[in-house]
Amino acid sequence: MSTVLQDPQTTETPNYLNAEYGWKSWLLTTDHKRIALLYLISISVMFALGGVFAMLIRVELLTPEGDLVNSDTYNKLFTMHGVVMVFFFLVPSIPATLGNFLIPMMIGAKDLAFPRINLLSWYIYVAGALFAIAAIVMGGVDTGWTFYTPFSSTYSNTFVITAAVGVFISGFSSITTGLNFIVTIHKMRAPGMTWGRLPLFVWANYATSLIQVLGTPVVAITLALLALERGFHIGIFDPAIGGDPILFQHMFWFYSHPAVYIMILPGMGVISEVVPCFSRKGIFGYSFIAASSLGIAIVGFLVWGHHLFVTGMSMYAGLYFSLLSMLVAVPSAIKVFNWTATMYRGSISYATPMLYAFGFIGLFTIGGLTGLFLATLGVDVHLTDTYFVIAHFHYVMVGGMVVAYLGGLHFWWPKITGRMYPEGWGKFSALLVFVGFNVTFFPQFITGYLGQPRRYHAYAPEFQVLNVMSTAGASILALGYIIPLIYFIWSLRYGKPAGNNPWGATGLEWTTQSPPTTFNFDVTPIVTEEAYAYAKHEEAHVG
Amino acid sequence: MADTHAVATGHSTDHSPHLRHHFDDMDQQFDSATFGMWVFLLTEIMFFGGMFGAYTVYRNMYPEAFASTSAYMNPLYGALNTAVLIVSSLSMALAVRAAHLGQQKALQICLLITMFFGICFLVIKGFEYHEHWVDMKVPLFGGHWNYSEAPQFAHQAQILFCFYFFMTGFHAVHMLVGLGIMTTIFMMARKGTFSPTYYTPVEVSGLYWHFVDIVWIFLFPLLYLIGHTRHLV
Ligand SMILES: [Cu+2]
Repeated sequence: MSTVLQDPQTTETPNYLNAEYGWKSWLLTTDHKRIALLYLISISVMFALGGVFAMLIRVELLTPEGDLVNSDTYNKLFTMHGVVMVFFFLVPSIPATLGNFLIPMMIGAKDLAFPRINLLSWYIYVAGALFAIAAIVMGGVDTGWTFYTPFSSTYSNTFVITAAVGVFISGFSSITTGLNFIVTIHKMRAPGMTWGRLPLFVWANYATSLIQVLGTPVVAITLALLALERGFHIGIFDPAIGGDPILFQHMFWFYSHPAVYIMILPGMGVISEVVPCFSRKGIFGYSFIAASSLGIAIVGFLVWGHHLFVTGMSMYAGLYFSLLSMLVAVPSAIKVFNWTATMYRGSISYATPMLYAFGFIGLFTIGGLTGLFLATLGVDVHLTDTYFVIAHFHYVMVGGMVVAYLGGLHFWWPKITGRMYPEGWGKFSALLVFVGFNVTFFPQFITGYLGQPRRYHAYAPEFQVLNVMSTAGASILALGYIIPLIYFIWSLRYGKPAGNNPWGATGLEWTTQSPPTTFNFDVTPIVTEEAYAYAKHEEAHVG
Repeated sequence: MADTHAVATGHSTDHSPHLRHHFDDMDQQFDSATFGMWVFLLTEIMFFGGMFGAYTVYRNMYPEAFASTSAYMNPLYGALNTAVLIVSSLSMALAVRAAHLGQQKALQICLLITMFFGICFLVIKGFEYHEHWVDMKVPLFGGHWNYSEAPQFAHQAQILFCFYFFMTGFHAVHMLVGLGIMTTIFMMARKGTFSPTYYTPVEVSGLYWHFVDIVWIFLFPLLYLIGHTRHLV
């Protein structure tokens, strides 16, 4: 890493990359930008690991018979795919990398409020990831990423405690990041940067941080109870002595449903930055988008029961959770409408980040609307534990978050590295991701609707054609991830210098040099205009 | 951006050696630290809240069994520890005040008193745990467990005892962390780190200490007192 980044060609002016050299200057750094890069590298490793498990799953599912791996191994594969992707990639993805890098710059601050805690959060993340990797290396976990009791607490013969400890630890990295963001956004804004002028990316991360701070401790305590139950057989979730295994599901989803919004809100923040920039227009409905982020965060805490519709819950609780789950669609739809309204009559250009934004809006809309099918009590009974559910949440998590993450990386790559990525390859791989994703997951809506259950390594032969499509799509998708990885690394040395503001974007981060200096701003900026004042800038440009 | 003007960041009046480079002035640094601690305490509330929530579920499921475990508890220990913690909170508040006023000796004495009562709490808790052990009330692996007080609840009471140990145990861990923090603060105070213009660490650790005390204020009635009326009648 440092050997690449310390290349003198890329770093002519003093900036955060060439301020210091050597491993120590990276591993002991308190610069939010360097920590963002540490996170970027580590979550990319975890993403690759989770991706390998995904590919193994898809290869097994090429044929209806369970021939590549046996059912136990298959259980481990989908569990480890889920654990790694959810807790070690999706949760930290945008906040820990782009958020870490950009939030101080967007609000005109020199760093996050607690730089040392920021570094600590990365070490906590690494420690948690090592536990997860240890669980994988020792032989894996087979409970599903949800760790449902009593299977996880009593019957599973795999390394549940090790994995749970890993997730428990990494939770604290999420909490400390959220805490740092909240304090920074409250206390470190530059003069004139009022709440009504904050970029929507900051609003989105603020809402995310609230969930991280309020939700994560609950899953931490839940997993601690699970580990103690498994370690000492104390009976908390053991029906044999009166314990309630369903309580675990309630506690788990009290966090893990809001965590779904940890995994989508920051993506929405990225889209809110990219869409106005490439439409050359101010954002439509600024305050609605900002408020809808908070709305999603708050209502998101009240809907966890929709994961338990068939588990044994009173009908009235079911009605309540069904109704509230549908309500979450309102703030989400507000955002989609506002992005499209922003594009309306804008002068749209089709750079790579914008292609990802288009992809996000389409895929997230499908993911969100199919969520309404699942929130409907009667339909959910039919669809529970089928591939329909898999397709639904991959449309949100991959079609939404991963696509937004890639879009954001392309958008801010010039700022982060001072170099442009190759635009042609960028567009090509954005297209690959979109096509590959849809070919992978759209067939799963159909097989799920027709009744193919999730979490089996074998399936009825009539589903084979659609499953082969899925596997083919997954290969295209993988290529769509590998190409950017290659050209991003390539661009560090050979990319053309980006200049301070290659997109002509508004926002304080674009007023600094690329890459920025260690303290971001030589002088604290004073903000005198609303966010996304593209119309004003365009007029000045034309006039 | 054309209309972002610049102001000098250096505050000529503010050259405290404790000012970290990324803050504009001491006020901002102090506000951030205390606000950060409040947000952290929110996290802690949710952390304990998860336990309190699960506890409530079981209490509603098995009210009689719960009454019997609560009746077994010796409220004397609980009451004594409540008093101990309230006194430690008072001395902690006085320590913050002393730091604010720059009274170095008073600050150190108050910190020592706080730590002394914190240790008292843990010692009393230790005696109590030992008594549970002697009474066969530690249901690890389903063993070391005898519930002759109310044999019909033997199974359910086991779960409730687990909650008791879990909740008080996590609280005790927080006390230990608090004692570690207080030791650090005391060492800093002895070196004369604090002054009326810089006492953020004292203030922030005070908030933490009070929080841990308040958790106990909830634990005491929930674990010791609720079943006792029934028992006495
Ligand atoms: Cu959910």
